[in-house]
Amino acid sequence: MDQMAEHGQEVKLVGAWHSPYVHRVAWVLKLKGIAYEFVEENLNKKSSLLLSCNPVYKKIPVLVHHGKPIVESLFIIEYIDETWKDNPILPTDPYEKAMARFWAPLIDEMLLEGSRKVPYAEEEQLEKQIQQVSEAMEVLEGMLKGKKFFGGEKIGFLDITFRWMTIWLGAIEEVAGVKFFNSGKYPLLEDWKNKFIGFHVVKDNLYPMEKLVRFFKKYR
Amino acid sequence: MAAKEEVKLLGFWVSPFVLRVEWALKIKGVKYEYIEEDIFNKSTLLTELNPVHKKVPVLVHDGKAIGESFVILEYVDETWKQNPLLPQDPYQRAMARFWAKFAEEKIFEGAWTALCSQGEQKQKALQQTREAMEKIEEQLQGKQQFFGGESIGYLDIILGWISHYLTVWEEVGSMEIIDPAKFPATMAWINRFLKHPVIQGTLPPREKMLVYFHQRSKELGSTSHGWLRV
Repeated sequence: MDQMAEHGQEVKLVGAWHSPYVHRVAWVLKLKGIAYEFVEENLNKKSSLLLSCNPVYKKIPVLVHHGKPIVESLFIIEYIDETWKDNPILPTDPYEKAMARFWAPLIDEMLLEGSRKVPYAEEEQLEKQIQQVSEAMEVLEGMLKGKKFFGGEKIGFLDITFRWMTIWLGAIEEVAGVKFFNSGKYPLLEDWKNKFIGFHVVKDNLYPMEKLVRFFKKYR
Repeated sequence: MAAKEEVKLLGFWVSPFVLRVEWALKIKGVKYEYIEEDIFNKSTLLTELNPVHKKVPVLVHDGKAIGESFVILEYVDETWKQNPLLPQDPYQRAMARFWAKFAEEKIFEGAWTALCSQGEQKQKALQQTREAMEKIEEQLQGKQQFFGGESIGYLDIILGWISHYLTVWEEVGSMEIIDPAKFPATMAWINRFLKHPVIQGTLPPREKMLVYFHQRSKELGSTSHGWLRV
């Protein structure tokens, strides 16, 4: 409670329910016990709040703290970690931190952006996207060797960064009729996915898969 | 110096990404061994140290390898605490990181694409780059010395390539990316940056760069370019 009083009550998260980037910020706020107001944006009709907070990119999420906007989900997480220092999300060791910073945007590009395109991809593109997603999953499988979570014994930055997979990938699989998760090929990733679903903080945020599936189908 | 403290930097003479790391190490006064890589003929050392990307720069410290200039810069800042590169305040840090990413995506990528393409694609890339540079110009207005304040900081290092590469690319690509008359704050920053003692003597020779990029832009212009942005 002391932390919150010190850093001000006013924390707003501007986002949209279907964005994995927004969700990862929300999970961090919840893990840290930071109270915040969620402001839902309609991306087809962006509010003046969003446009004034993120005039350069006009994208979500935006975290507003003490009236100041911070953008880019990974930078927002670093900001939260540096401002509310309890329960650090990022590793404390500089080398481990560097590894987390190296992998997060790369996997976002290969896996998140890659898989997102799958429900809407044409035949030729589809093969390519699926290939890219598989490559990324292989990398993740390798990273989990000998570990409970990407963060080691406990959930860390990379677990939070990749957690969208446990929900979104399932929805994409259903809509596009493809299979990404493969317990034969990626057993560690399968285990990780299941561990995560059982975790209580994270369980509260579990996203209705059906709503996501309907959302993807609508924009197909 | 104990072997544990050994710092190695794998680089390529004309890579602006490598230069960033050199500037950071020099600002901090960190001694390092520079190893030149031929990126067109990669060594086993490079492929072992950076198996994912196989790209330079790679910083090796305490026997551990780190890739990606942005990531290396933050690592250097956290490991050697003298002459801090990033601001201390979390909000200022978030801003610095944001502008760095923005500049890389819009200005570096834009200028590089303009260099390697023709016609409509080139024009579009030039337009994007100029618009992005206008935002940087705004950020620089009223700044006394550098983005970092009185001394060179993270954002100066990330954007520093502009001071030396932009006019080379303009010449090679027969294009004008920024009109000096329209970017007074940027021009002033460029001059201060180039005069800085840490920067002097680190820049690859202009004549060599002209030859190199002339060659590269021809090669890349005829195919769609992927990862290699040097």
